[in-house]
Amino acid sequence: MPTIKELRYRFLTPLDPTLFNTCLILAALGLIVLYSASGSDLAKVLSQVRNLGLAFGAMWLMAVTPPDKIERVVFPVYGVALAALIAVALFGEVSHGARRWLHLGPMRLQPSELMKIALPLALAGYFEWRGKSISWRDFVVASVLLAVPVGLVIRQPDLGTALLIASSGFYVLYFAGLSWKIMGGLLVSGIAAMPLVWHMLHDYQRKRILTLLDPTQDPLGAGYHTLQSMIALGSGGLFGKGWLQGTQSHLDFLPEHTTDFVFAVFGEEFGLLGELVFLVAMLVIITRGFFIANEGSTPFARLVAGSLSMTLFTYTFVNMGMVSGILPVVGVPLPFLSYGGTSLVTLFISIGILMSVHHHRKLVKQ
Amino acid sequence: MRLKALWALIAFLCVLLLIRLLWLQVISHGYYHTLAEANRISIVPIVPNRGLILDRKATVLAENNYSYDLEINPARNRSLDQTISQLSELVTITSSDRKLFRKALDETHGLVPVPIRNRLSESEIARFAVNRYRFPGVDIQAHLIRNYPLGTSASHLIGYIGRINETDQEHLDEAGLADEYRGTNYIGKLGIEGHYEQELHGITGSEQVETDASGRGVRSLSRIAPTAGNDLFLTIDAGLQQAAEKAFGDHRGALVALDPATGDVLALVSEPGFDPNLFVEGIDQDTWGALNNSPDKPLNNRALRGLYPPGSTVKPFMALAALTLGVRSPTYKISDPGYFSFPGSSHRYRDWKAGGHGMVDMHLSIVQSCDTYYYGLANDLGIDAMHDFFSGFGFGQKTGIDIDGEMAGLYPSTEWKQKRYKQDWYGGETVISGIGQGYILATPLQLAQAVATLANNGVMMKPHLIHAIRDRATGTLREIPNEVERTLALKQSDIDFVREAMEDVMKPGGTAAQAGAGAPYLIAGKTGTAQVVGVRQGEKYSESRTAERNRDHALFIAFAPADKPRIAVAVLVENGGHGGSIAAPIARQVFDYFLLGQRAKPVPDNSDPGGESAHD
Repeated sequence: MPTIKELRYRFLTPLDPTLFNTCLILAALGLIVLYSASGSDLAKVLSQVRNLGLAFGAMWLMAVTPPDKIERVVFPVYGVALAALIAVALFGEVSHGARRWLHLGPMRLQPSELMKIALPLALAGYFEWRGKSISWRDFVVASVLLAVPVGLVIRQPDLGTALLIASSGFYVLYFAGLSWKIMGGLLVSGIAAMPLVWHMLHDYQRKRILTLLDPTQDPLGAGYHTLQSMIALGSGGLFGKGWLQGTQSHLDFLPEHTTDFVFAVFGEEFGLLGELVFLVAMLVIITRGFFIANEGSTPFARLVAGSLSMTLFTYTFVNMGMVSGILPVVGVPLPFLSYGGTSLVTLFISIGILMSVHHHRKLVKQ
Repeated sequence: MRLKALWALIAFLCVLLLIRLLWLQVISHGYYHTLAEANRISIVPIVPNRGLILDRKATVLAENNYSYDLEINPARNRSLDQTISQLSELVTITSSDRKLFRKALDETHGLVPVPIRNRLSESEIARFAVNRYRFPGVDIQAHLIRNYPLGTSASHLIGYIGRINETDQEHLDEAGLADEYRGTNYIGKLGIEGHYEQELHGITGSEQVETDASGRGVRSLSRIAPTAGNDLFLTIDAGLQQAAEKAFGDHRGALVALDPATGDVLALVSEPGFDPNLFVEGIDQDTWGALNNSPDKPLNNRALRGLYPPGSTVKPFMALAALTLGVRSPTYKISDPGYFSFPGSSHRYRDWKAGGHGMVDMHLSIVQSCDTYYYGLANDLGIDAMHDFFSGFGFGQKTGIDIDGEMAGLYPSTEWKQKRYKQDWYGGETVISGIGQGYILATPLQLAQAVATLANNGVMMKPHLIHAIRDRATGTLREIPNEVERTLALKQSDIDFVREAMEDVMKPGGTAAQAGAGAPYLIAGKTGTAQVVGVRQGEKYSESRTAERNRDHALFIAFAPADKPRIAVAVLVENGGHGGSIAAPIARQVFDYFLLGQRAKPVPDNSDPGGESAHD
């Protein structure tokens, strides 16, 4: 019989207080913002509470699972996620002109969300498996593992998610020691390939990029979303208009104001100071993540923790950049504030893995 | 090392983001605040209720009624043709309704609901309400709509309102009234509605409304109430107006009745009239064409715009001119052979009565309307003296009545002819001017003003249609003061002489004896006949042989009671023949209604007058 102390150590201690408390604060903030953004729709808030319950559960599950156990399932998970992506491409449901959803009985799944976690885990697992003898061939293999799902997601088409998946995978390669020269070369060839990429982009995607350069050019068309969210932020000012007082969101000028553009609602009602609080809280999580990555006991733990933390920042930055009008409009949810079950669960799984890496560092060392 | 590099990247990106947010939320806050407010708040004009038009006894002539209109929102209804044909099973939809619907649909590009039927009846409303679920995007809307309860009665003087068109908008822009008319769809086009537009319109209010992204009002933030337009009390007596219109029967013509002492217009008739209600919601092409092209010209306001030779109605003024200028004494007599001719000329200016009137003095010349007397008198007065004298009575000038479109008429002079035709004046032209023919043209309104001036002993009042204005902002009644146009230098004894002769016109032996018969008050009148086509030398005018529209116009001017005038009228009946038999009875009915408060016994319409007395 394990003692109370042992049980406590096993099931409660893994919940890193810094991460856990910050998440709790941000989750509460998310509910407060959602209540306003949804137009005081209590049912929607309750549904998000349920999602949060699920997400905290998933986080706890990941936190109490040692990294080596997680490591064992990364390839099967990657396989399942890849299979699901292929299934989507073959018989996925088309919604809003894109094939992103898969119906599994009563559930509606977005496999690209699953891939956001599965890919960095699989890549980290691959480098862990290769041990110390990592050569340039391994980076080629890893690149293929990265390119296949990214290509599938681009074809959905969902460029935003594809870029995020790619970046999460890229962070693993970066931490695994991808040569600076190659990265420099990638950057140069990336810039060189821009006209080609431009050619391959869908019309709506080109429009979004053009719009970014001058949103006022087409204020009722492609520039509408950006312009309205800029108005929301700008009119919010330093202190905001106050909770439930945002006119841009409550009068429906803002698009997607519970999901991708929730930051505009938040900024309008809570102002620059509120945004700073949110950003600092996010930086606390990311810093903690980097700290955990730094003290990770295995390459897998270090790669996973580093990549997940960096991905978290990427999400935050891309969403805030989009809403404030310095990045094109891509469908990226804002961690903790955007409504939606899948992205919330994925987010908390990442946090749970960070906790697990932190908690089990000594065990592995022993 | 790699972590630190990323830390640097994160720090850099965060700074970038902060700079952007700082710029948006602190530096440009004012700008975006304005944009957000502009998004949120729209200022909606509140159209004031248009002022009422009432007669002098507060009978309503123009009012605002609720009209229940059936509207289709094209954005929510795709199968318009099918919907309209289904609707036509429930409510009456004419082909003209369909045409107007199509026209409005084109003009609004399908962005707003468009009416398919105006003024639904109660049973139609009920039928539609039961079936409403079958018609998506179809709804009943209540609008305030201008209504003219008297229909065709007084249509020319009341005028009508219609939708603001491009020309109206330009006028409003020029006058700086564009803001005041934001939200207003209608504007006065004619008559009182047109001339007093600024009194009737009122002051537009406004409401600050918070609107959502689709433009729907969410709540009202502040409201400035509109001020309704002022109510106009006309000088018109609607009962008198209708009695006068009825007296015309099927005849075309005009009648103006004035209060000689004040210039109040008591009645202003132009027959036939039209129904102004047709114009309010936009008139369809067929109806408009029928009105505009009718030979009866119902849209023409004959009282102000009809120009007619005044004929023998000028004779009392000719006599007064002769007395005033000392050219004739009342007792001076001529021997009338039935014509006038210049010495040494064979051309005969014929009297209407073949063989003449015998020995004729001034009194008899008016009573029997002797042409020969006035041919000679005109020759002695000379056209320029006549021009100056008649100008005093308002001939050839606008009266300045307070509705638009009035014609000035014409009283010729040698100077005028030189200017107009670059020709000298002929003596013969003076002679025929003496009996109101030739170049002279006058409107019925001018004739009414002239006779009213005579009735008022030479004091000319400016004719006006507004008696008082009820200010809706303060609730006070503002009376419109009477205006003296001018006072003519006339001797009272001369005026009395002419009036007594005009009284005898209405008595046995006078040209309007039939119309004057049995009146319990004294009437002073003068008949007139105006030639429409000339009659050649040696020929005789025959009413029966002349096409109806070429027959003479019948005229009559009068005032009553002659000893204490309360009403002066001028009557013109187009192609009516003799003034005494057609025009004078109409005036008599108007006098009876006004002075006795009752309908006169119908005067027999004697179209074939046997006796001399019925002749001009």
